[in-house]
Amino acid sequence: MALGLDDVKRVAQLARIEISDAGAELVLRDLVRIFGLIEQMQAVDVSGIEPMAHGQDIVLRLREDVVTESDQHALFQSVAPQVEAGLYLVPKVIE
Amino acid sequence: MHNATVNSLSAALAAKTLSSVEATRHFLSRIKVLNEKYRCFITVDEEQSLAQARAADRLRAAGRAQPLTGVPIAQKDIFCAKGWLTTCGSKMLSDFVSPYDAHVVERLNAVGAVNIGKTNMDEFAMGSSSETSFYGPVKNPWNTAAVPGGSSGGSAAAVAARLTPGAIGTDTGGSIRQPAALTGIAGLKPSYGVVSRYGMIAFASSLDQGGPMARTADDLALLLNVMAGHDARDSTSLDRPAEDYTRELTRSLAGLRIGLPREFFAAGVAPDVAKAVEEAVRQFRQLGCETVEITLPNMGLSVPVYYVLAPAEASSNLARFDGVRYGHRASGYADLADMYRKTRAEGFGEEVKRRILIGTYVLSHGYYDAYYLRAQKLRRRIAGDFVEAFRKCDVIMGPTSPTTAFRIGERAGDPVQMYLSDIYTIAVNLAGLPGMSIPCGFDGGGLPVGLQIIGNYFQEARMLNVAHQYQLATDWHDRAPPGIELQ
Repeated sequence: MALGLDDVKRVAQLARIEISDAGAELVLRDLVRIFGLIEQMQAVDVSGIEPMAHGQDIVLRLREDVVTESDQHALFQSVAPQVEAGLYLVPKVIE
Repeated sequence: MHNATVNSLSAALAAKTLSSVEATRHFLSRIKVLNEKYRCFITVDEEQSLAQARAADRLRAAGRAQPLTGVPIAQKDIFCAKGWLTTCGSKMLSDFVSPYDAHVVERLNAVGAVNIGKTNMDEFAMGSSSETSFYGPVKNPWNTAAVPGGSSGGSAAAVAARLTPGAIGTDTGGSIRQPAALTGIAGLKPSYGVVSRYGMIAFASSLDQGGPMARTADDLALLLNVMAGHDARDSTSLDRPAEDYTRELTRSLAGLRIGLPREFFAAGVAPDVAKAVEEAVRQFRQLGCETVEITLPNMGLSVPVYYVLAPAEASSNLARFDGVRYGHRASGYADLADMYRKTRAEGFGEEVKRRILIGTYVLSHGYYDAYYLRAQKLRRRIAGDFVEAFRKCDVIMGPTSPTTAFRIGERAGDPVQMYLSDIYTIAVNLAGLPGMSIPCGFDGGGLPVGLQIIGNYFQEARMLNVAHQYQLATDWHDRAPPGIELQ
């Protein structure tokens, strides 16, 4: 599987991480090595095996649909970079 | 006093030969002098710690003390603690004062344990050396040119250097067990679901578990008693009857079957490590155990499988760090998209970015089946090997790490070399099984060797019994690094 600079840039965009051309080159070198490690998986036959997400055979717990939390927005927003009137402020989206 | 264990300190507090304030002051003064040498702690807050110590002494005076009341415990900086800077070793959270307590922190607070400080770690728990911290690397107290292991290296080094009698850490691919091995202390990763992950900053949600770190198995048991238990706020927290993890400590080991996987003793283990582990196994035979060779045939796939699953889950979990609700925000940007990209480029270190990028790739369109789904299937194979092995044995043993502590900087340039440090620990997280490490000797250079003990699901009490009986017959856990006395 050939990983190229375009892949790195595409994935960086998906992950919303800015990366320079020089940075992408460095990352590509490391990623190629890591994917070399991951490729070891490809040789194994996995037919008939169910994927495993969890060690125990459990299902997600349900609870009563009632309000259990109290309004702590002032406390939680006290750590925000920019807040006004209970709203998080972010820069404009420019199309 | 600093050689006290959690147990002996607890006894001294109960006998009122010293107060929590005195004990806390003692450890704080050691930290003040020695932290610069080892860089175990990111945050120390003497006022908050002493306030907790005074509250603990009041709890004791009111007759409501429990074993951990008044005992200083260090917290890996991945656990949210209300009113404490909680950085996860990252620039991204370098100004984040947590508005709430993690479940584990609530439980420690409820029994009156004292938070002695927030310990240094690999950034966002991604690492095996505690070198990637925004706050600089942690040094191994046994040799300050060497790593303490990671990602819970600060907690491990703090216990080893006697800056705290006990600590809490987290383990996703070995991050409690491997640093415990490299610093000569004990650490346990419980079965997945036993300790609540609420408030434990998420790395890989299907693998992360919080657990205790201390010098002795009976200390781990006391800590686990406080940490373990159902929490409705963690949807993966198991609702099981409460256990007393000290209940089997004194049980005889006669007839215990120890499985020795051939894959754990193959080429790749440093000779001194193999020797110390083999000597430990001989010791267990003297305690009445039988050994049986077993095989974990799919174990070799565990590192590649992990480095698909963990980064994939991390890429999802770390998407929340976007400069909007908390943490770092870039100062210069053109628009919202630019703000996200710059915030995350500035806030995350190189290893974290690498893992997010890998994770994003393996989850992206066209690659999900080939990588993520395939890894999930191989995970079932790997877990299945253990189920099969536990038909023939009660516990599994081997080296925790293939080598002793490597030099700071030695593997930092080669991610794959770093990842291979976790070759014996990772499969345990993939299967969700409990695993622990205890000290079992030293290499020729005086660096500690750790023995890994793996149990079947929910066998923590039995594992602690196995470790405790070994520690009654040996004294590795009492050895102290040089240079930790205050001048």
